[in-house]
Amino acid sequence: MINGSLKTLSEALAKKKISSAELSTLFLDRMARANPALNAFISIDREKTLAQARQADLRIAAGQAAPLEGIPLAHKDIFCTEGWLTTCGSRMLANFVSPYDAHVVSRMKAAGLVTLGKTNMDEFAMGSSNETSFFGPVKNPWDTSRVPGGSSGGAAAAVAARLAPAATGTDTGGSIRQPAALCGLTGLKPTYGVVSRYGMIAFASSLDQGGPMAKSAEDCALLLSAMSGFDARDSTSLDRPPEDYCRELEKPLAGLKIGLPKEFFGEGMAADVRSAVEEALAEYRRAGAVTVEVSLPNSGLSVPAYYVIAPAEASSNLSRFDGVRYGYRAPEYTDLADMYCKSRGQGFGAEVKRRILIGAYVLSHGYYDAYYLQAQKIRRLIANDFALAFRHCDIIMGPTTPSVAFAVGAKSNNPVEMYLSDIYTIAVNLAGLPGMSIPCGFGEGKMPVGLQLIGNYFEEARMLNVAHRYQLATDWHMRMPEETI
Amino acid sequence: MSLSIEQVERLAHLARIEISPAEAELSRDQLNGIFVLIEQLQAVDTRNIEPMAHAVDAVQRLREDVVTETDRREAFQAVAPEVESGLYLVPRVVE
Repeated sequence: MINGSLKTLSEALAKKKISSAELSTLFLDRMARANPALNAFISIDREKTLAQARQADLRIAAGQAAPLEGIPLAHKDIFCTEGWLTTCGSRMLANFVSPYDAHVVSRMKAAGLVTLGKTNMDEFAMGSSNETSFFGPVKNPWDTSRVPGGSSGGAAAAVAARLAPAATGTDTGGSIRQPAALCGLTGLKPTYGVVSRYGMIAFASSLDQGGPMAKSAEDCALLLSAMSGFDARDSTSLDRPPEDYCRELEKPLAGLKIGLPKEFFGEGMAADVRSAVEEALAEYRRAGAVTVEVSLPNSGLSVPAYYVIAPAEASSNLSRFDGVRYGYRAPEYTDLADMYCKSRGQGFGAEVKRRILIGAYVLSHGYYDAYYLQAQKIRRLIANDFALAFRHCDIIMGPTTPSVAFAVGAKSNNPVEMYLSDIYTIAVNLAGLPGMSIPCGFGEGKMPVGLQLIGNYFEEARMLNVAHRYQLATDWHMRMPEETI
Repeated sequence: MSLSIEQVERLAHLARIEISPAEAELSRDQLNGIFVLIEQLQAVDTRNIEPMAHAVDAVQRLREDVVTETDRREAFQAVAPEVESGLYLVPRVVE
């Protein structure tokens, strides 16, 4: 049951082989046992979860079950969840009980999913190792001396350790795909605008996108079908007809043209990652796909462009945390300005402050054109590179990360080195394209390796098909870490 | 480009974040490292390139000018640090 697909769980629930309350209890018990070691969850509320599960059971009994009725799902703590603590991994929101649901949360409820808890994350989603959380670092269940990746590190660790069947995540520069890769999961970042950002605490609004993290492409397709769709409350939500992302899953791969960007296969990639990725590509060729070399000449500029655009948007978004309407307020201050400065000085952690300062700098008078506007122009160049590459292929593949999961503490004192761990994922956010990571083997220390898939705009269904066919032929996605609980 | 301690303190003030002298010092070194990374952008020729703000170049939607929100003041103020009679309290700004 703990390694079951959403389809399997759904069938078991529908045939009343297990109730949602029993299934939720199974996972809640595992969470209670494993969370002290992994720190994957910030909030666990057994009673709330079970109350929701019992409601699901009533609907199943009444023959009114929604498509994923009764399946437990963990939410990243960036999604406002009514009645639940929603901290965004920050002291600033350590006491914030959300008065409303994010669009993603209400969509998941409508699909019948039961909220299993709120997962740990890098503070305000700023980090690649889940070490910046106010609530402490998350450990990688494959090796607890290593990081799970970030910022959706709690979500990744929870699903990898089978504490949850699936989870929601968000991806601004790789925060779904990178932890999915480092924890051996399947994760998908949709085309910008496909999933509503309403109630998803904002980091860099032109890049932030929610998406599913699960064991398989099929599970991700089911979850994406449930969470996507137009929402007038997000001004950048795209008004498109609803999609069934499962519709192309079974399509054969013969004739598929896979583009391999030569810039992604350079010297930055570790040998163990390279050999797993190459083996995955060989599997695709055996399935009838062809590979062609493509070029993304400006992709090397994606990390520097990102570290102008994302901090600029963050410094603006995070100005709302002033200790007046919600969040942390310093206990002592002399006047209003001092209250702002102390509340923000004490409420934000070091990485968040650092990014706000970068943002304040690149947006300041006299520097806007040189930094922010220049970065936005380079963003266009990066998007143009992808457009050109997609003239020669249907999908792009490469590594998700340059190496397998690194040790806790290895990069936490060197921001630039940490930033470079997202070198293959960031360009996708800048261009607004959909991307995935799927497990494709194991490398150094028996740690999982992720294969990155990048689709053209709105090609999520095709991308999921390409991932699913690989998962029919391989079993990397079914592997789980040794049980320690 | 290299920031001085005074510039870091000025940025922190602009961002309304109180930082200690030790934090300012550490921030300066780390920010300068990040600015070296960012500096690469300056060498790129971007003449005649349109800046890209939104991935799919969507335009701002307009909606009818009608009331769509319900009054949930109590729920929203329940999470505020200090309220009284429906008002958010802050230190006195006008003597």
